[in-house]
Amino acid sequence: MATITTSESAKAEGVKPRSFRLPPSLISYLQAAPLTLILGSFLAVPILMIGIVSFWDYDFAQMYPDFVTFNYAETLGSWVTWKTYLNTLKFAFLVWVITLFIGFWVAYFLAFHIRTTAMQMVLFLVCTVPFLTSNIIRMISWIPVLGRNGLVNSTLISADIVSEPVEWLLYSDFAVVLAMVHLYTLFMVTPIFNTLMRIDKSLVEAARDAGASSWQTLTNVILPLAKPGMAIGTIFVVTLVMADFSTVQVMSGGQSASVALMMKNQMSLLQYPAAAANAVVLLVIVLLMVATILRIVDIRKEL
Amino acid sequence: MHSDKRGREFYILAIFFAVFVLFLYGPLSAILILSFQGPNGGLTFPLNGVSVHWFTNLFETQAVGDFGGSFRRSLLLGLMVMIVTVVVSLLAGLAFRRGFIGATALFYLAVASLVVPSIIISLGIGVLFQQIGLQPSWFSSAFGAHLTWTLPFGVLIMFAVFNRFSPAYEEAARDLGATSWQTFRHVLLPMIAPSLIGVGLFGFTLSYDEFARTLMTAGTFNTLPLEIYGMTTNVTTPVLYALGTVTTVFSFLVIAGTLGLIVHLNRRRQRS
Repeated sequence: MATITTSESAKAEGVKPRSFRLPPSLISYLQAAPLTLILGSFLAVPILMIGIVSFWDYDFAQMYPDFVTFNYAETLGSWVTWKTYLNTLKFAFLVWVITLFIGFWVAYFLAFHIRTTAMQMVLFLVCTVPFLTSNIIRMISWIPVLGRNGLVNSTLISADIVSEPVEWLLYSDFAVVLAMVHLYTLFMVTPIFNTLMRIDKSLVEAARDAGASSWQTLTNVILPLAKPGMAIGTIFVVTLVMADFSTVQVMSGGQSASVALMMKNQMSLLQYPAAAANAVVLLVIVLLMVATILRIVDIRKEL
Repeated sequence: MHSDKRGREFYILAIFFAVFVLFLYGPLSAILILSFQGPNGGLTFPLNGVSVHWFTNLFETQAVGDFGGSFRRSLLLGLMVMIVTVVVSLLAGLAFRRGFIGATALFYLAVASLVVPSIIISLGIGVLFQQIGLQPSWFSSAFGAHLTWTLPFGVLIMFAVFNRFSPAYEEAARDLGATSWQTFRHVLLPMIAPSLIGVGLFGFTLSYDEFARTLMTAGTFNTLPLEIYGMTTNVTTPVLYALGTVTTVFSFLVIAGTLGLIVHLNRRRQRS
């Protein structure tokens, strides 16, 4: 066996002589370099820049390099900011609870009730496809459904359930939360589905053999094992909602606010240092949230 | 593990799933139908006749800004982002697999790229370009901004792929005398090709639909999502829906084509 291997490799080397080779450790660095370079210049440096600019002075036309703290004082000192932050956190919490509920049951259904892998993949793709289409289009697609003369209202009126169109369906906090759930649920389904698929089915069988009801199996075996997936889904959903400005703007019709929307308005007024101070505060909050979740779960193990 | 008879739990969850799918696709189909609204129809039901009026309207420049141009830019940008995402993610995946000093830091930088609010990246790159005196444009600043969103997905997918990839195949190839390039080209690459195509699909669609990161970085010329975003505030005719239908159908075609390609590759591999 050994002789065959040597003669084979000798033959291969005869066909293609070994050329100059880089040391393996250097190759890793070369392979990692493009990613490092791109993330460095388009993520790390811009964020550093935001940190610097948040201490600059500005007027209606431009910014002046300086070291002032009133951008932060204005941001943290105004009750409008606090209210906006609370409002954003409220959206994040509501959307998180709803997407976690939907996400878990959809993933559970796919992982434990669909019997063939092919069918699982087909149904999973059915859930995935809308998430690969435009967010804005999916947002505005609610307008003909929820509007004053929309599908829901005309159905309710023709069924004599209400006499007047329901006004709070569109351009309200309800519409914002609904659209966000519509936009972001997949980010909860996918990681939970991924975790559930890796649960050893014999664990479930063992629980059943030991006399557990299907509810007991669910709460004592499956739910604890699904926690890492839920944690990753939570990171996605919470960060997406915290960063959202378009859904809030379009679906609330300008009646509700979020931190990112406040930033966007400051940016359109060219108040970059003020927006930057806001960005720093938002970034700290989001990173703290993510760090807290990462203490519960090691994502590298879950991939 | 399943008993042959479906329990009550199955039916309740099946209904729940069906409602969820309806929730996902229902509003989209409303837009699809309403884009065929008659010339005098409005933004809501009922249909006031059926026509392709709004689709023809779409291609008249005065009605919707620069639809053709913005579509071309988004398409090109999506393709650029796709190629770079696939190549860079693959390289990074290989590097992570072998390990190097700073791997953990780079991994968390990628995760950070995923969780940093998109508008902050938009603001940061916009201000950075302004300060170093570069003109922001869709193929430079917006290109970089999109990569901060697509690359982490690509890297995480490659990470997951290599976590499950047994080194036995490559060892076998090496034992048979293949050089490391031959091992990569003829053993590793065909096996991970479907995942790479998946990464490409992610790269393209995420970029094609992205607008928060493009907001401050697109420069003079808009991408398609920016154009649509602008329209939501000032267009009050079904031409908005026609545009939505066209871009959604385009996305569906891209997705279907990609999935077809993946299925085809898997079949061919199984046959050989």
